[in-house]
Amino acid sequence: MRPCAVIGIGQTHHAAKRPDVSMAGLVREAVLRALEDAGLDFSDIDAVVMGKAPDMFEGVVQPELYLAGALGAVGKPLLRVHTAGSVGGSTAVVATKLITSGVHERVLTVAWEKQSESNAMWALSQQFPFQPPTTAGAGGYFAPVIQEYIRRSGAPAHVGWQVAVKDRQNALKNPYAHLKIPDISLESVQASPMLWDPIRYLETCPSSDGACALVLSADEAGCRDPAWVHGTAIRSEPMLFPDRDEVNPRAGSDCARAVYAKAGITPDQLDCAELYVPFSWYEPMWLENLDLVESGWRAVDQGVTALHGRLPINMSGGVMSTNPIGASGMIRFAEAALQVRGRAGEHQVDGARLALGHAYGGGSQFYATWIVGSEKP
Amino acid sequence: MRRVTIEGFAEIPPVDRDLDHDEVEGVRITTAGALEQAGLGRDDVDFVCSGSCDYVMGRPFSFAMAVDGIGAWPPKAESHVEMDGAWALYEAWVALQCGDIDVALVYAFGRSSLCDVGEVERMVLDPYTLAPLGIDSLSLAALQARSLMEAGASERDFANVVARNLRAAGEAVDVQTLLAAPLVRDPLRAHDGARRTDSTAAIVLRADGVGPAITGIAHAVDAHHPGMRDLTRAPSAAAACAAAGGTRGVEIAELHTPYAHQDLILRRALDLSEAVQINPTGGSFVADTPMVTGLARIGAAARAVREGAGKALAHVTAGPLLQQNLVCVLEAS
Repeated sequence: MRPCAVIGIGQTHHAAKRPDVSMAGLVREAVLRALEDAGLDFSDIDAVVMGKAPDMFEGVVQPELYLAGALGAVGKPLLRVHTAGSVGGSTAVVATKLITSGVHERVLTVAWEKQSESNAMWALSQQFPFQPPTTAGAGGYFAPVIQEYIRRSGAPAHVGWQVAVKDRQNALKNPYAHLKIPDISLESVQASPMLWDPIRYLETCPSSDGACALVLSADEAGCRDPAWVHGTAIRSEPMLFPDRDEVNPRAGSDCARAVYAKAGITPDQLDCAELYVPFSWYEPMWLENLDLVESGWRAVDQGVTALHGRLPINMSGGVMSTNPIGASGMIRFAEAALQVRGRAGEHQVDGARLALGHAYGGGSQFYATWIVGSEKP
Repeated sequence: MRRVTIEGFAEIPPVDRDLDHDEVEGVRITTAGALEQAGLGRDDVDFVCSGSCDYVMGRPFSFAMAVDGIGAWPPKAESHVEMDGAWALYEAWVALQCGDIDVALVYAFGRSSLCDVGEVERMVLDPYTLAPLGIDSLSLAALQARSLMEAGASERDFANVVARNLRAAGEAVDVQTLLAAPLVRDPLRAHDGARRTDSTAAIVLRADGVGPAITGIAHAVDAHHPGMRDLTRAPSAAAACAAAGGTRGVEIAELHTPYAHQDLILRRALDLSEAVQINPTGGSFVADTPMVTGLARIGAAARAVREGAGKALAHVTAGPLLQQNLVCVLEAS
């Protein structure tokens, strides 16, 4: 397989509402930043891969067709990926394969969501015959799973609050992050309203408008500090079947093991990771699911995952601070690449050379991961 | 490029309204059928990719439960495009080019009976400048047909396309009778549009297998706004065809034509000579299931090669007025 380099990274300033731009304007903002970072223009791009979550979030069917011009895709191949919440990651994986397969030399990939165009809670809450209702949105679906993690692990309640505080403090260092809560504290998280027990208001992700774009290339293309893709992996499992372990899903751990094997590393070689954590408790849960630590909650409690801890997690502020759903996975992948390029600014992990990007979706059933490094593999 | 072959193709025969299978059943039956033809089992599959559209199925994440149909346990490397399954097949072909896997399973499902296809197509239009005009896909198609007539085509040409397709599928049809039908959007008649159906289809790809070989596959997209395009042309179809190696030697072509007049545009874009047999299956006028029809065209072309054709071409389109096109060329192994 050919190597693949990330030579351009761009994202929007994320916000609850971006009424200043159309969907095309939003996507274009991220795309132009990525191209500028790569020092390329649209004529250098061979193909475009676009991802987003359900079209019902904006009410436009297959919006990539209307966006063909804004994406600079006219006359070129244009793919549209949709794998639920994991889609931002899956989209980057598809784009990577277009390079590693030898099909294309340079690929632009972009993921986005403009949640203010519609009501995500509505789009996530439809009921269908013969299927369990998920009418309480994503939080209602995941809260019982978190309860089961707490029961199994005996984790104290303040672990969730710690993640919420850490991620929001990291977000203060990220100029693109949506939520900025300068005075956040364990006390304010604890005092925030209970939404879905045990998830409190400040322990949940926001709804955001935003986009993220990457330029992938078979060579450095003049880039002095590319991030090299050392491995990608995707895994899926069914949502419902007897004995399914939703706390520690096998598709998630299989996906992690596959990406470590492809990169030829053990998880302890990672310098940092961006994990898809939409509710605070998912940080300790994914830490265990991805074989990063033995006890997720103890790692959080001991500050291991803090920005200057032994294994920093969600340096960007994470999904807890920015959540344009379709873009959220790609933002994780982009932050991993920023870190190994040494370009993460105030949220940079000193000397980061190997980083993991992770995304999940559906009922904890769809996974996408990549490992990027500062060295060419 | 690595040689990739089509080892199995199965479909739930398209019907106007399929009340016998939900999408999980359809996926289970067709994927099992395609794997059986390929002489492979579920455990041999390295990668799965599917195509479907939430608005066609009337629900978000329509693909999520369909994963049950492939029995994704232990977990599978699996992905999904919100596009016709032909593009899922393209993604699977790319994955096989990476060289680290050998078998890919592709499926697609769709149901015209659950949605108003015209309404779904209207919602594809630019939400700021086009959709608010209230124009529907049929009216847009009529504008395209009118442009073709201004360039010399006639309503009789459109009727001939419909008649040829229906006759190929064994239906007795007379051009004069077709032309006597009322106009629904001048110059189009109801029969000028595809017959909307429900179905599911699956294809098994293998690196270096024994089935029909994909010797070229490519796709491209044109500008969205009709005002930015010459509606009598399909440059992205021509570009995809050229990138897929062209049509020299093609004996059979399976074209995806949501409207009869688009057959004329595509023949020119794909440079198909009179010698090429077009749509022996009857094409879109016999069955056109959203998100499935393209994968089924590729399946039909593979079947034609299995049955003796030296070289066959499958075409699929998406978006308003042939905006996006994919071409797949198959040859006997």
